Amino acid sequence: MDILRLATAGSVDDGKSTLIGRLLYDTKSVFTDQIESVERASRDRGDDYVNLALLTDGLRAEREQGITIDVAYRYFATPRRKFIVADTPGHIQYTRNMVTGASTADLALILVDARKGLLEQSRRHAFLSTLLHVPHLMLCVNKMDLVGYSEDVFETIRAEFTEFAAKLDIGDLTVVPVSALLGDNIVTRSTAMPWYEGPSLLHHLENVHVASDRNLIDVRFPVQYVIRPQSDQYRDYRGYAGQVAGGVLRAGDEVMVLPSGFTSTIRSIETADGEVEEAFASMSVTIRLTDEIDISRGDMICRVNNAPSVSQDIDAMVCWMDDAPLRPGQKFAIKHTTRTSRAMVKDLQYRLDVNSLHRDLGAEYLGLNDIGRVRLRTTQPLLCDEYKRNRYTGGFVLIDEATNRTVGAGMVNEAR
Amino acid sequence: MTRRYQLTQLEALESEAVHIFREVAAEFERPVLLFSGGKDSIVMLRLAQKAFHPARIPFPVLHVDTGHNFPEVLAFRDRRAAELDLQLLVASVPDALNRGFVQAPPDGTRNRIQTPVLLEALDKHQFTAVFGGARRDEDKARAKERIFSFRDEFGQWDPKNQRPELWNLYNSRVHLGESIRVFPLSNWTELDIWHYIAQERLELPSIYYAHERTVFERNGMLFAVNEFCVPRPSEPTFTATVRYRTVGDASLTAAVRSDADTVEKVVAEVAGTRITERGATRGDDKFSEAAMEDRKREGYF
Repeated sequence: MDILRLATAGSVDDGKSTLIGRLLYDTKSVFTDQIESVERASRDRGDDYVNLALLTDGLRAEREQGITIDVAYRYFATPRRKFIVADTPGHIQYTRNMVTGASTADLALILVDARKGLLEQSRRHAFLSTLLHVPHLMLCVNKMDLVGYSEDVFETIRAEFTEFAAKLDIGDLTVVPVSALLGDNIVTRSTAMPWYEGPSLLHHLENVHVASDRNLIDVRFPVQYVIRPQSDQYRDYRGYAGQVAGGVLRAGDEVMVLPSGFTSTIRSIETADGEVEEAFASMSVTIRLTDEIDISRGDMICRVNNAPSVSQDIDAMVCWMDDAPLRPGQKFAIKHTTRTSRAMVKDLQYRLDVNSLHRDLGAEYLGLNDIGRVRLRTTQPLLCDEYKRNRYTGGFVLIDEATNRTVGAGMVNEAR
Repeated sequence: MTRRYQLTQLEALESEAVHIFREVAAEFERPVLLFSGGKDSIVMLRLAQKAFHPARIPFPVLHVDTGHNFPEVLAFRDRRAAELDLQLLVASVPDALNRGFVQAPPDGTRNRIQTPVLLEALDKHQFTAVFGGARRDEDKARAKERIFSFRDEFGQWDPKNQRPELWNLYNSRVHLGESIRVFPLSNWTELDIWHYIAQERLELPSIYYAHERTVFERNGMLFAVNEFCVPRPSEPTFTATVRYRTVGDASLTAAVRSDADTVEKVVAEVAGTRITERGATRGDDKFSEAAMEDRKREGYF
């Protein structure tokens, strides 16, 4: 059994919380006391039916306003997979949460209301999913029961979305008509829509192939922590601990360490449970080398003939997440892999209108939830790849050094 | 690409947790791990061992002792800390009551008053990062909390003002007096915890497994008769085969009827169970829909 991480997004009334509630309910991942609590709350609110959305709306302010404030994480499992759902709010002011949820997602699930069709927000969510390079995208056309399960309505939305999607770099797109409220096409194929021949939502989630989405080609091992036991038994032990960001490493491999450029050979790859033959992306391991060279946190182990860019000049897309705007000339702390440095904004090339994809070349700042292309100059070289090639060596965050807030998320286009 | 380059669910969760432990050890000067002797904190200790092997765990552990403990759990706590050669710090609620630092609420429960005792201990030792074993599947408020949860100088959580957390990058910067609560088990469920306990053959305090105990029923839950939990005249006592799903404050934590006396049987039971861990056994979260949210805002875990 493996894990699928999915991010959901939708507008306020698309029924996203109901859909998640439905998935939890139908996979028997909600417990009777949670159901009872929701039934009680639904009655108190005067709802006609058990409001499954209340299963996911957690905070008091959310229940009062009927909206979702922050990314909520949900868990359900079937015999095939464990699912981690990052449930993100749809309203415009919370784009930063969607970006947060999408950053680790294998699949983005976007909801539209069949009666309303595509909204600006649906386009924005699709764009953000591709910007964050979520490998799989699923569009759920919800509330099909309210349009008489009409194939025409579904096909119109699908055609419109497919046309928009052609402008984006979408790896894999699936479109499914559903009714979250009534359970149509959620777990099993709905008899109300015989014209639909695709998989049910859950069937797709259980079967979508994600093993090859990870970068297993370019060896990237950001050194996170140096293990040096202060004990007699391990007097000369020196291990480089970290999580593999890309590729497959094996004992005996010749490797290069950046930024020094020294080369060595992997003596062993260790875990607390013993040595392993190989380590691949997302494994946390400890690497020991045959040579004693000076390596510390923030360095990167890679291959001699396949190294990341080593550069202080970074061209990146930035999603701005703070009330105080980003402007050229500002300085921030930048956290990238296990390396923290400082960065100055050299230049804002354009702000992107996420609805029309229009580039505003005259933009002078990025406000909260704006996305733009910037050039940064860092105090230390970053060891990075194009974000599209590797999310974990291409992504970074910007931190305001005065407030310590995380103010921006960046995705490397190019490093020179 | 073949399937062998895909981690299983437990491997992926373990790898994520190990990464988080190492990140904190690398970026904070004074981390501490909350260790109660409960199953989640036992799993936490195992993950910390794995993160730093073959070196020792490079931080102390802290127990906020409510004074309402199951003796089996305290004994286990002391033994485990000694085995791993860990520095065990205890922040005592009874001591804080004696000093007049906190006042006992009229109902005698100590859940709420352990928060100031915790905050005092963190302040005294100048801990800037505090590992907790909370999971997001436990509660609706926890479901919205970050892995690195920023707390102001009062230890308070502000759900509307959380730091965005992208990829595996965690913002560990704090000003003097502020701190980060770190939750490496965020993405684990109760069932994952039990699968891991089985896989790692982790020893647990005996009360997690089925045993006979004198109990009484209150609010539909079974409570053990002990010095903290005395039945009222209207509450008859009887013997039942029970086990504990959580081990919190002994005056508040209820037992569940169970015949599961081995880890395999507990895994099977948890997989088939229909009531959440906290809903079945924690009197403290039943008071209001937003009980946990309120306590977290005050600085609770």
